[in-house]
Amino acid sequence: MQVYVCAKHVPDTAANIKIKGENDYDTTGLKFVVNPYDEYGLEEAVRLVEKAGKGEVVIVTVGPAQAANTMRSALAMGAARGILVKSDDKFLDSRTAARALKAAIEKDGSPDMIFTGKTSVDTEGSQTPYRVAREFDFPVANEISALEIQDGKATAEREIGGGAREVLEMSTPCVIGATKGLNEPRYPKFPDIMKAKKKEIKEFELADLGIDAPASDGAPVKLEPVPERSGAKIMQGGSVRESVEELVKTLKDSKVL
Amino acid sequence: MPKTGVLIETENGGVKAINYGLLTAAMGNKENEVIAFITQNDAAEAKDDLAAYGVSKVVQLKVGSGDINSSPDLCARALAAAVEEFELDHIAGLATAPGRDIFGRLGAILDVPLVSDIQSIDYGAETAVKSHFSGKTMATVKLEGSPVVFTVRPNAVDPVENPVDAETAEFNADVADGPKVTVKEVKASQQDKMELTEAPVIITGGRPIGAPDNYKMLDECAEVLGAAVGASRASVDAGFAPHSMQVGQTGKTVSPNLYIACGVSGAVQHFAGMKTSKVIVAINNDKDAPIFEKCDYGIIGDMFEVVPVLTEVLKASEEK
Ligand SMILES: Cc1cc2nc3c(=O)[nH]c(=O)nc-3n(C[C@H](O)[C@H](O)[C@H](O)COP(=O)(O)OP(=O)(O)OC[C@H]3O[C@@H](n4cnc5c(N)ncnc54)[C@H](O)[C@@H]3O)c2cc1C
Repeated sequence: MQVYVCAKHVPDTAANIKIKGENDYDTTGLKFVVNPYDEYGLEEAVRLVEKAGKGEVVIVTVGPAQAANTMRSALAMGAARGILVKSDDKFLDSRTAARALKAAIEKDGSPDMIFTGKTSVDTEGSQTPYRVAREFDFPVANEISALEIQDGKATAEREIGGGAREVLEMSTPCVIGATKGLNEPRYPKFPDIMKAKKKEIKEFELADLGIDAPASDGAPVKLEPVPERSGAKIMQGGSVRESVEELVKTLKDSKVL
Repeated sequence: MPKTGVLIETENGGVKAINYGLLTAAMGNKENEVIAFITQNDAAEAKDDLAAYGVSKVVQLKVGSGDINSSPDLCARALAAAVEEFELDHIAGLATAPGRDIFGRLGAILDVPLVSDIQSIDYGAETAVKSHFSGKTMATVKLEGSPVVFTVRPNAVDPVENPVDAETAEFNADVADGPKVTVKEVKASQQDKMELTEAPVIITGGRPIGAPDNYKMLDECAEVLGAAVGASRASVDAGFAPHSMQVGQTGKTVSPNLYIACGVSGAVQHFAGMKTSKVIVAINNDKDAPIFEKCDYGIIGDMFEVVPVLTEVLKASEEK
């Protein structure tokens, strides 16, 4: 069972994003983590290999040299080794990223399964699973919160709204974009973290994989903070009923209700 | 005039209301001709509803002898064929669960950029605005590719009526062979709940709700408001609500006209999923709760006292 997990190095969602210039952000002192949705994919991959009793999980990342540190935490969660395709482009377009992931995986081995997350929390593009699948000509299912793999067939479930769920069927190998609900990613223990330090991370340049220029420029023309609201107008009724009446009146007057 | 194709979502035989904002985004300042594609319903039946929002052609999209709704692959392939057939300059859909899936596939098939979950679009400047970093920043991104492919966040664009004359047509794309993925089953929701991301009003209960049954109090209020009911992660993790109700960074991203948060502290991860709501109201018993610093209106009080009164006052004002 040879399983690849595409994992992105992204700013921690709890971190403040300091905008730099027109369309860039400052990474000095910014905490980076494994994209949280990719962790669900990784956990599923590790469980699959554990269950099969043979094979390995390989982490593949396209990102800057510092991404190697982030990859160590993915290795501590049970992956055997990593491949880092180096790119300093913070907004590398998703077509180029998918081609780089494909080339790196293909150079390394023959995938029985590929996992990733449903979206990355930095650029919120929500398309890498589809593009990687297209590059391999594999089936793909995204936003998956339940999965079963048996006899060359994958059955995957996704929520489609209001709590309704769609069950998709496809052959393996396939690409699965994971989301919350699929599993509970493990917290690595100290010995796992120590072991991860010694695991191999192979590095490539984009050009080593035959990718000379990005397919298009993924950078935004402008990046702006979302303005925070300045604070609530507190309803000042003497009683609960008076406050509620004031609220309803305010909402009606401003045509919200 | 440039042409914009739009994939319409239907429900119980009718056009879902969230399509109208999408159509407004598709049309721009009346600068595009809008062609709607329908897969689930009868195009003729949807025609009048869509024509009221500027659609000049309603196309029944089919895949030969196959069932287009049996696989998201087939639907995406048929749309890709329609791009060529109708010489579309843009193709757009809703950033809902089905829309995200079909457009993800479409972007890959066409091998052009996909701009997901936009909140506004400017055809003149060839840019769109979307969230980056879990709602903390807004990015203005270029619209590139031929066609331009994008999805629009439900409720982000206000629908504007623009009645035109519409015709119907059928397009049968010859793509039925071997979809890689098939829909085996659709499991209906346990309760018949309104989908959060599509709701015009949302009322959310946080951890202090204390028990699954206590959401009934919010259900009653939601019924009067025409609202969907949401939950915070702390409440979902405590087992008070299913994950399908969770709003936030690891739950759903919503943009309703009105968001009422009851017993929610106002964590960044919760705000990541609801900060683009037009009006945010907080009901919280702690006057220093962080949520009061980042919402529009607040009531300081116990939600178990305030919400039933809110339901009553709303009911009374409706009866008037
Ligand atoms: C990676 C990550 C992802 C996350 N994703 C999400 C997400 O998607 N969604 C999400 O919501 N959170 C998310 N969180 C968790 C988030 O940080 C908060 O812990 C969570 O939102 C808190 O939920 P809460 O406001 O319901 O509960 P609490 O923090 O417990 O706040 C309860 C609030 O209710 C008030 N209160 C108590 N009793 C009453 C009463 N009787 N009447 C009125 N008010 C009362 C209290 O004053 C308090 O302000 C995430 C966290 C991490 C680290």
